[in-house]
Amino acid sequence: MANLHRFANPNRFLRFSRVILPWLAGITALLFIVGLYYALFASPADYQQGETVRIMYVHVPAAWISMFGYSVMAGASATALIWRHPLADITARAAAPIGAGFTLITLATGSLWGKPMWGTWWVWDARLTSVLILFFLYLGHIALSRAFDDPTRGAKAAAVLALVGFVNVPIIKFSVDWWNVLHQPASVSRLAAPAIDPSMLRPLLIMALAFTFYFLTLLLLQIRAELTHRKVRALQLAQASAQ
Amino acid sequence: MRPKHRRLYFVLFGMAALGIATALVLSAFRDGLVFFYSPTDLVERPAEPGQRLRLGGLVEEGSVSRDGATVNFVITDLNQTVAVSFTGILPDLFREGQGVVTEGMMQSDGRFVASDVLAKHDENYLPKEVADALKASGNWREGAVDSTENAPQ
Repeated sequence: MANLHRFANPNRFLRFSRVILPWLAGITALLFIVGLYYALFASPADYQQGETVRIMYVHVPAAWISMFGYSVMAGASATALIWRHPLADITARAAAPIGAGFTLITLATGSLWGKPMWGTWWVWDARLTSVLILFFLYLGHIALSRAFDDPTRGAKAAAVLALVGFVNVPIIKFSVDWWNVLHQPASVSRLAAPAIDPSMLRPLLIMALAFTFYFLTLLLLQIRAELTHRKVRALQLAQASAQ
Repeated sequence: MRPKHRRLYFVLFGMAALGIATALVLSAFRDGLVFFYSPTDLVERPAEPGQRLRLGGLVEEGSVSRDGATVNFVITDLNQTVAVSFTGILPDLFREGQGVVTEGMMQSDGRFVASDVLAKHDENYLPKEVADALKASGNWREGAVDSTENAPQ
């Protein structure tokens, strides 16, 4: 029973997350209903792209969350390495498959958008390639952190990988400014006013908020599952050594 | 609490060193990471005939002419121009004043024969009515002009 004391703090987390999870899930559903209504029905077609522009309302939020998820994972990894907080490793481990999912959505919707607009599914320009690398970093983290039966053993190596891979995040963000690429430059996060008409910016921001809450909901669920899993494992080990 | 601080400085130092190393590598490979060359790049450093490369810029206004299945047009970066010919299906967004990236070979007569043409989209999103109203009122700022600000010098 000796290592059960480590879950004193996580127990508090379990209680706290049980209370806020239904709220998070409810807000996510509400934002998705409103956001999808605006994105699919209550927003105009683009003057150049026509109806195809609606792919943006999924592609852009997914891309933002794929980078946000990696930042969460890198932040949690740094916390785990420096302060040895028991929840940090679990957060990093939980964020990886979720982030990988959002990156896959980004790549798939980007490809579907690229074919009609650019005339190609895929090009090896700096933006697209750096996002593909992000996807592989996620996969590497998933593989490394789950390579051992004892989840704590792979955690350190995976944390170092997450921190090293973090250099890719600013490269993704600024690739459209640093090199000439096929991908267009940033429309929303720039010093001048956003280059998107308010009637199209509104659904984009609602969808971005919906994706953020969706990510947080999934992250909390995944952390809870991981905590429960470890608790079961610790109890089994304790039982086995008692016999 | 010394070990905690040691680990903190170790991680901070490691991230800083990694960031600087990456910045150095990326700036060293700057030319290699370019997805396409501009007409000015090609005039300054002429490519050998037969070397495959990508050429990008704006389709010059009034330069598009069709000769059967072959399309001839001029790519400009508002500084230099290169004449391009292409046989095949053009993407929907291809039009005069639009940013494009073409892939092909420089011919010995200075023409660029493209085997692929990709349309480059700009970062502006507008409903059609707003774009029409801006054009009608004379306040239209061509999206293409915006993208040349980011074009290679």
